[in-house]
Amino acid sequence: MYHHSEFDRAFVIDRAERFRDQVNRRISGALTEEEFRPLRLMNGVYLQLHAYMLRIAIPYGTISPDQMRRLAHIADRWDKGYGHFTTRQNIQFNWPKLVDIPDMLDSLAEVGMHAIQTSGNTIRNVTADHFSGAAADEIADPRPYAELIRQWSTDHPEFQFLPRKFKIAVSGSPNDRAVVKSHDIGLRMVRRDDQIGFEVSVGGGLGRTPLVGKVVNEFVPTTDLLPYLEAILSAYNTVGRRDNKYKARLKIAVQELGIDHIRELVEARFAETRPMFDGSDQAVLAEIAKQFAQPELVEGRSTAAYDAARDADPVFRSWADTNLHDHKNPDYAIVTVSTKKHGATPGDATSDQMRLLADIAEEYGQGDLRISHEQNVVMPHIHRADLPAIHAKLREAGLGTANIGLVSDIIACPGLDYCALATARSIPIAQQIATRFDELKLEHEIGELKIKISGCINACGHHHVGHIGILGLDRAGVENYQVTLGGDGTETMSVGERAGPGFSKDEIIPAIERLVQGYLAIREDEDETFLQAYRRLGPAPFKAALYPAEEKAA
Amino acid sequence: MARKFEPVVISANDLFDGRVIYLTGADEWVPHLNQAELITEEDHAKHRMAHALALSDRAVGVFLAPARPGPDGPVPGHPREAFRANGPSNYFHGKQAEA
Repeated sequence: MYHHSEFDRAFVIDRAERFRDQVNRRISGALTEEEFRPLRLMNGVYLQLHAYMLRIAIPYGTISPDQMRRLAHIADRWDKGYGHFTTRQNIQFNWPKLVDIPDMLDSLAEVGMHAIQTSGNTIRNVTADHFSGAAADEIADPRPYAELIRQWSTDHPEFQFLPRKFKIAVSGSPNDRAVVKSHDIGLRMVRRDDQIGFEVSVGGGLGRTPLVGKVVNEFVPTTDLLPYLEAILSAYNTVGRRDNKYKARLKIAVQELGIDHIRELVEARFAETRPMFDGSDQAVLAEIAKQFAQPELVEGRSTAAYDAARDADPVFRSWADTNLHDHKNPDYAIVTVSTKKHGATPGDATSDQMRLLADIAEEYGQGDLRISHEQNVVMPHIHRADLPAIHAKLREAGLGTANIGLVSDIIACPGLDYCALATARSIPIAQQIATRFDELKLEHEIGELKIKISGCINACGHHHVGHIGILGLDRAGVENYQVTLGGDGTETMSVGERAGPGFSKDEIIPAIERLVQGYLAIREDEDETFLQAYRRLGPAPFKAALYPAEEKAA
Repeated sequence: MARKFEPVVISANDLFDGRVIYLTGADEWVPHLNQAELITEEDHAKHRMAHALALSDRAVGVFLAPARPGPDGPVPGHPREAFRANGPSNYFHGKQAEA
């Protein structure tokens, strides 16, 4: 993985020093809150309902054991012993004191981590496929490109005051595990003849105006990547609306001006940016790529221990069936560790769990850990013979839940329990759905089903792309939950359609149970997923399951 | 017809640690809602708000929070205020743990 250069180290330490000075000036009264607010946001510090929140970047979801241990240390020393992994491959601490945050940033800087550009109207943390460098279906590891983008976008003087925040995601596989088309720029690696490049989408986004990104260029060679991105950002900086915060994202410019007009602007600007790149970016990329060399995998080691455990232990087999994905090397597997034990808060990990994950990654997993946008932790290079031992350790720590991709593997934003923007709670709804389906012992029979919950229209819980989406709203001071159906966050991305009137917090869990039972009754066979059935049959039978009283009245 | 004024308290977050604070009738910022001054008249609310902003060197984001009278002082007037007054529902953290 990438290790910070001297330049990176000096930059991060300098920013932490500056922030300490800014905090001191705020506390002394030399800075008003109005003056201080943009400075704290530039460093990932929000003020939420109960406390400050510090959002720390985990660039393209890649984190080392030492970095994970440092997060555990920070959780214990300055927070409440846990952290929350987010849908954009960040970690958030919900309880820091403002006066402690400079020390937290110093501690992070020691291990090459920071909170820079995790907030504000800048290019945010660049996200990537959490299986990068390991997935069997991958064209090439997208992380060197993601790191190049991180370096280019960090403190880029032209893009520090964009009309609105700006998100970029990169995938190196035809199967999109990074929801690239919900980003301002989505990069999907493609091969043309013998050349690798990116299909570039622009104007994707969720929030109050969910839109699927549109392809602005079908093939941008990797050598043109930065000048092309610079051209898009430059065009956006010019045409992005600054008169209305809710219409300021690139997606609105694409919607209002049309993709063809945006393409013309980008191409015109690209003609100017291209000559400004003299090839030094490619030299930097080559150096970065060396740090993402494929790990040395063991050849010829038997996987018999894995086969034996599968045969002997149904609990292990169940976990292996759901939580493992194909590695490039068939003797290895990609392990996804669920943070969604039934009834737990999705995305939360205690400091002890973080230390265990670090230890396992170091002992068995090439020292490589990933955070997925689905709020789980991935160990991308595990020899199959080690899986039984790893599973036993994970189970002991409450991390052995066999539910990846199933009904209880729910994305949920912090919601009204923490967030100052939220209109309803998300976490308890996720907890109750997971607990209910665990009681029913149905989730493995149901198969792949992605439920995603947001506590407000800003859609941090990705509800628009949930097979079942749940949106929490405030109806005259009462929490109310709308259901959307048929969303999809993969390469066949679609935005879910609203099913009908919302449900109270007491009604929503039974409603979801009716919906899922309804699906089980109408699916062709056990291989037809919820989303496939929805696409085959349309919304009517699903709405009938959700609203049985209306069905009878009709 | 003018909208009926609903009772409020003056609330904010503490500059140092971000915790929720409320303003008493004696101009003190305190951590417990039931010690806050319940304001029932709109003109008085405007006056107190202006005053709170003037003395808010340790208070961030001063605003009028919906509240209702209760047996031991003001109680939350909106679910958001209930969470601010007590803490999150997924962990026993925040004010509920400090009580």
